[in-house]
Amino acid sequence: MKFDTPAGTNPIDRMKVVGQPTTRIDGPLKVGGHAPYAYEHQELPGKPAYGYVVGSAVAKGTIRSMDTSRAERAPGVVAVVTHRNAGKIAKGNFNTAMLLGGPKIQHYHQAIAVVVAETFEQARSAAALIDVDYARDRGAFDLAAAKVDAPDATGSDAPTAVGDFAGAFAAAPVQIDQTYTTPDQSHAMMEPHATIAAWEGDKLTVWSANQMVAWGAGDLARTLQIPPENVRLISPYVGGGFGGKLFLRSDVIMASLGAKAAKRPVKVALPRPFMGNNTTHRPATIQRIRLGATQDGTLTAIGHESWSGDLEGGGPESATQQTKLLYAGANRMTALRLAVLDLPEGNAMRAPGEAPGLMALEMAVDELAEKLGMDPVKLRVINDTQVDPEKPERPFSQRNLVRCLEEGAERFGWARRKAPGQVQEGRWLIGMGVAAAFRNNLNMKSGARVRLSPSGQVTVETDMTDIGTGTYTIMAQTAAEMMGVPLAKVTVKLGDSSFPVSAGSGGQWGANSSTAGLYAACVKLREAIVAKLGFGPGEATFENGQVHVGNRVADIASAAKGGEIVVEDSIEFGDLGKKFQQSTFGAHFVEVAVDRYTGEARVRRMLAVCAAGRILNPTAARSQVIGAMTMGVGGALMEELAVDKRFGFFVNHDLAGYEVPVHADIPHQEVVFLDEADDKVSPMKAKGVGELGLCGVGAAVANAIYNATGVRVRDYPITLDKHLDKLGEVV
Amino acid sequence: MRPFTYERAKSAQDAAVKAATTPGARFIAGGTNLLDLMKLEIETPTHLIDVNGLGMDRIEPIDGGGLRIGALVRNTDLAADARVRKDYGVLTRALVAGASGQLRNKATTAGNLLQRTRCPYFYDVNMPCNKRKPGSGCAAIGGFSRQLGVIGTSDACIATHPSDMAVAMRVLDASVETIRPDGTTRAIPIADFHTLPGQTPHVETALEKGEMIISVALPKPRGGTHIYRKVRDRASYAFALVSVAAVIGKDGKGAVALGGVAPKPWRVEGADALLPNGSKAVADRLFAGAAPREDNAFKLTLAQRTIAAVLAEAKA
Repeated sequence: MKFDTPAGTNPIDRMKVVGQPTTRIDGPLKVGGHAPYAYEHQELPGKPAYGYVVGSAVAKGTIRSMDTSRAERAPGVVAVVTHRNAGKIAKGNFNTAMLLGGPKIQHYHQAIAVVVAETFEQARSAAALIDVDYARDRGAFDLAAAKVDAPDATGSDAPTAVGDFAGAFAAAPVQIDQTYTTPDQSHAMMEPHATIAAWEGDKLTVWSANQMVAWGAGDLARTLQIPPENVRLISPYVGGGFGGKLFLRSDVIMASLGAKAAKRPVKVALPRPFMGNNTTHRPATIQRIRLGATQDGTLTAIGHESWSGDLEGGGPESATQQTKLLYAGANRMTALRLAVLDLPEGNAMRAPGEAPGLMALEMAVDELAEKLGMDPVKLRVINDTQVDPEKPERPFSQRNLVRCLEEGAERFGWARRKAPGQVQEGRWLIGMGVAAAFRNNLNMKSGARVRLSPSGQVTVETDMTDIGTGTYTIMAQTAAEMMGVPLAKVTVKLGDSSFPVSAGSGGQWGANSSTAGLYAACVKLREAIVAKLGFGPGEATFENGQVHVGNRVADIASAAKGGEIVVEDSIEFGDLGKKFQQSTFGAHFVEVAVDRYTGEARVRRMLAVCAAGRILNPTAARSQVIGAMTMGVGGALMEELAVDKRFGFFVNHDLAGYEVPVHADIPHQEVVFLDEADDKVSPMKAKGVGELGLCGVGAAVANAIYNATGVRVRDYPITLDKHLDKLGEVV
Repeated sequence: MRPFTYERAKSAQDAAVKAATTPGARFIAGGTNLLDLMKLEIETPTHLIDVNGLGMDRIEPIDGGGLRIGALVRNTDLAADARVRKDYGVLTRALVAGASGQLRNKATTAGNLLQRTRCPYFYDVNMPCNKRKPGSGCAAIGGFSRQLGVIGTSDACIATHPSDMAVAMRVLDASVETIRPDGTTRAIPIADFHTLPGQTPHVETALEKGEMIISVALPKPRGGTHIYRKVRDRASYAFALVSVAAVIGKDGKGAVALGGVAPKPWRVEGADALLPNGSKAVADRLFAGAAPREDNAFKLTLAQRTIAAVLAEAKA
């Protein structure tokens, strides 16, 4: 199905199942321990052995020699694979560094060997017996130093300019010109990267935790130089990804190579201390923002430059993305500059671009509001735009940012907010902050197969993934709505590369795209049922397990009486995304308390108001947003991969050192969804929320801290050491 | 993890003898720290002596006042003990500020005193570390040192002792009671129990070869307000940036010890006398001769301000 004109009325609009708060259908499997995650699959063609990955001890250099003989002789060891005996390995399309390193080393903890043994403990023990002699090279590990001669990014990340930014900024009566920094961050998902690999002849099956099954299977074939049809990737349950599992990673390659050498299935899970440096991370940014405004608060100049670093051949953190679209303003510029760093590979983490970009931009807007003496909600409202400011001929498909801000302000009691440093309760300094939330809506081609059995059971098959987001449930809701059957009559099968290729889970495109693909397949199934029954022409209505055409009625199951009906289709998106700017919007409100003695900042209240098209399942969507808000608190207050600029690695590479919020850090969170349906985005009229919920949270926290203390911290995370000496003397 | 042999000790002295005579032997009780370190091959014992069956798990009054805490009393049980809560509130507060409920259920009194530093360079076996591998150097000096020590450190090591419990015990003037392989026992004042790194940071306590902690003795209750204030980057389950254990009387006199700043619970008796003079005087005395790094110099300010918070709380 091609989606190239705005959606008319369709069966989803009934919203009998779609749009209803629905607890996840896979919940009982998960809480009962019956949902197999990557490392837990049992249906293997042989007794598995265990692989333990060895990581490089240096950040950059060459392996001069490697002695694996002690490891090979260790108890229980079946095989040791290194670059010397792995065969020809290529680089995939989606990774920057080789997933098996050696002799060249590109980053710290780059995988250089896998030891396969009868037990996990034997493999781990033997892995420590591999002796490696490295020739260490000097590397670039310091973004602030490398920034100086970093060139502009190119392609879709190239600089943009509209009007005369420099002239307008210079002439602006009110100006902000500040630099903000965001650190490297780790996805830190609960389930580490894990894979079981098994070869049967030249066919390879991997059970792996992966958000994008087709990308993973494709890159696996490419990396191992085998035909794509010989690869099957199975990923039915994923214990969190946040972008860290978008791509093929070393666990898959090392398990596959280990299984080949061991001639039996091999299980590999990356140990937690490996995650920080072996896998990808959100790159640090240094952002300079210049805002020029007239005294009435009208933005006349918006400039945003961002510097980030990555390995040679990598990409920038596109932190200026939202600045092109969020506010009106006649004169504007953005630029991304990319330095080469020899730190581990940077890549997408939840809301790449907007998450760090809004942490800076929405703090700058708060600073401008203060300079203008204007309420920060009002400043955002008066600079709203209903068209793409860089290309005014492109309207937004739907944009209710102003409603989010105003409704949020009302609900949160924003009017009670005082000037900075004015509210104190005992030892606590109290403050409120706001930030706009913005994240583009992306659509991806997505396919699905639907089966109708003689018993009337509807089975959905697609390689779409559920990374904890609730995909199983919204797919079941979509099929139930389309086919007019209860949820119990729908079976959803996901995450298998033998199923039709879907959008996958990333960029908050998963929910809308994959349900739209399923919608297309269900339209086809409805047609097939009507044809089989010989009903028609005329409009068919599917409800209560029956199909009605005119005055003819039949159970849909009866159409499959002669045999299962199987159809397949996909949704393909035309140019509506070009004609209309499709984005999601929100407003975050936060109240914090800062201890005036110690500077500790604790969040007391949070509210998000979101405008993201039709909400397919308010229960799942709320969970997505509160999880994202939690991640935003982490980014604002504590999360930072600390760089050792001498050795070139992230030092705090475990969950004791890389702190994320615990329950005690997270207060009452409230989420409100505006009642929307966006007919320009898909037949589902839905957009994503999983990343929107994170966008802007950090700045709202930062702005609240400023409102509490009167001390502005522009370097995230806002740990107590950054404002402690400015909080006033205590004796 | 390297292969190791394992035995259950028959008595405290038996454990001490085995520890002294078996090369590569370590005691194991709760194992909450040791097992993690073994998995990472930071600790590589070849023999484990399990002391869990030895009793030593009671809290008993001492004649003439005070409490004797068995070495194997779990942190949860110690924190919850009615006598501890009533008379040694700073200890309960310190204990519940540490780790998580699950860990406190396993962790023992002796094990808590003997836990190793959480310096990230100690934890990464690719990095030089004089504590893990004597003579290899210290990667933390000149590196990421935000969590690390500002006083009592040396040019060989800037690690901190991570315990909360020990900081409270230091302010309570506890003593650590031990048995040696020859069966003799002794009491080591907690002030002398942990040693400063100097050029031998791998030596962390005054314990002799084979010597085992059997109990910790608390002297008679010290009246006054008991406070444990732990400052950290998140509200729970994090090591202290700075912590302050204090017992302060109505007259403003008392004692104060700090965690998160030094290789041992940091108390300077001369600083206690300055408590009535306010936090600055106390902090100046506590940190005379401090050697902070760029990343952790804030700890000096934070310590002074946290002492101020504690003094304000004691007064309130």
